[in-house]
Amino acid sequence: MASSTTKKKPVAAMIVMGIVSIALYATLLLKQDMINSTFAQGGWFALLPIVTAFVFSYFHGGFTGHFWTVLGVEAARKKREVK
Amino acid sequence: MHDIATSFINLDAITILYLFGVGFVGGLVSGFIGSGGAFVLTPGMMSLGVPGLMAVASNMCHKFPKALVGAMKRFKYGQVDVKLGVILGISAEAGVLYGAGIQEKIKATYGDAGSNLYVSVAFVVILATVGGFVLYDAWKTYRSGNANSEEKAGKLALWVQSINIPGTMVHFKALNARVSVLFTIPLGFATGMMAATIAVGGFVGVPSMIYVLGAPSLMASATELVIAFVMGLGGSLKYAMHGMVDIRLAMIILAGSLFGIQLGAIGTTYVKPFMIKVVMGLIMVIVLFSRGLMVPVYLSQLGVIDKLGDTTVKLLKNGSFAIMIFALLLGAFIVLRAMWQGKQAEKLQHASGALEHGEV
Repeated sequence: MASSTTKKKPVAAMIVMGIVSIALYATLLLKQDMINSTFAQGGWFALLPIVTAFVFSYFHGGFTGHFWTVLGVEAARKKREVK
Repeated sequence: MHDIATSFINLDAITILYLFGVGFVGGLVSGFIGSGGAFVLTPGMMSLGVPGLMAVASNMCHKFPKALVGAMKRFKYGQVDVKLGVILGISAEAGVLYGAGIQEKIKATYGDAGSNLYVSVAFVVILATVGGFVLYDAWKTYRSGNANSEEKAGKLALWVQSINIPGTMVHFKALNARVSVLFTIPLGFATGMMAATIAVGGFVGVPSMIYVLGAPSLMASATELVIAFVMGLGGSLKYAMHGMVDIRLAMIILAGSLFGIQLGAIGTTYVKPFMIKVVMGLIMVIVLFSRGLMVPVYLSQLGVIDKLGDTTVKLLKNGSFAIMIFALLLGAFIVLRAMWQGKQAEKLQHASGALEHGEV
């Protein structure tokens, strides 16, 4: 992966996203009783799990993406673009 | 909602690790073939004591954010046709609602065993025909020695692309052709019905994009992620309105699956396109045996055949679940192996290129 050695790896971004991600999961598990009882009310409260999923996917998705890049696991240099 | 709130399971470290692990493997396969994982995750959650509907709802709530991340990743590789995905996704949403309605009717008339039998028979019939065909096609490509060449639309797809119905024609990037939405709507609908019935719409969605519409395998599997996002978002909202989503389960599975889906998506850039068909076909055919094992159990519960002993039922159930896990692990193994080989080949190519240019 010569390109990965020449390109700057997103270590800082990975750490920031990772910390936010851990904070989100810690909150979810530490406050699970309150979260479960609120989210289970249905109706307009249905928006809460949806918004939660988007927020988690943004931060944790960003973290996992950077995680593999930092490890050097990246797409093939000649991307297989399909025409 | 009191009864639902009290049905939330207790989470311990082992349960969290189990959900994370299954999520990772499911995500890896989804990132590669566009779907998968749900057929193990839903029964997997139920085996932990999660009620069936809550397991389906929680699985769906992890699916749409996972599919979104996967679709965005593969969009960067030029593999996603957003327009095709959204159009198929909307009709798939209708299919989900219709499929769920059929499920409810069957459940009301024949009970849980009848509903389970319907799901298993649908699994066996669809996976045998579609999965068998996909695998056969992959084998044919491998044998022909054309595994590296660009995929061409088949006869059926060329016919579909040749039909011009004024006022319904849409140009799709994945097909590089105009196709009538009157063809895409039933395909999306069938994908949604499958998602509502066997939880894996992609087993119909991806092959139909390849064989009926003429999309290349890589584009079909990537576009399936858009369909999964649209379907999953609508489905999650519907279940959440009844308070059925256990957000803890959904987010823990998501934690593992986002690691997996990124890796699976990266994997598609290293492999020959027919590998998508190999992985999908293999998983479909193996899962078919898993569901087939359960058919006698449901037939016995319905009184169609003699009652099976408790030990036999337990054996069949465990065997069925083990085969499903094996299918997912095998898929993940093939993806990782193909990725590793692709990476090694790239390194070799790079080294020989450097030698030719006198850099070494």
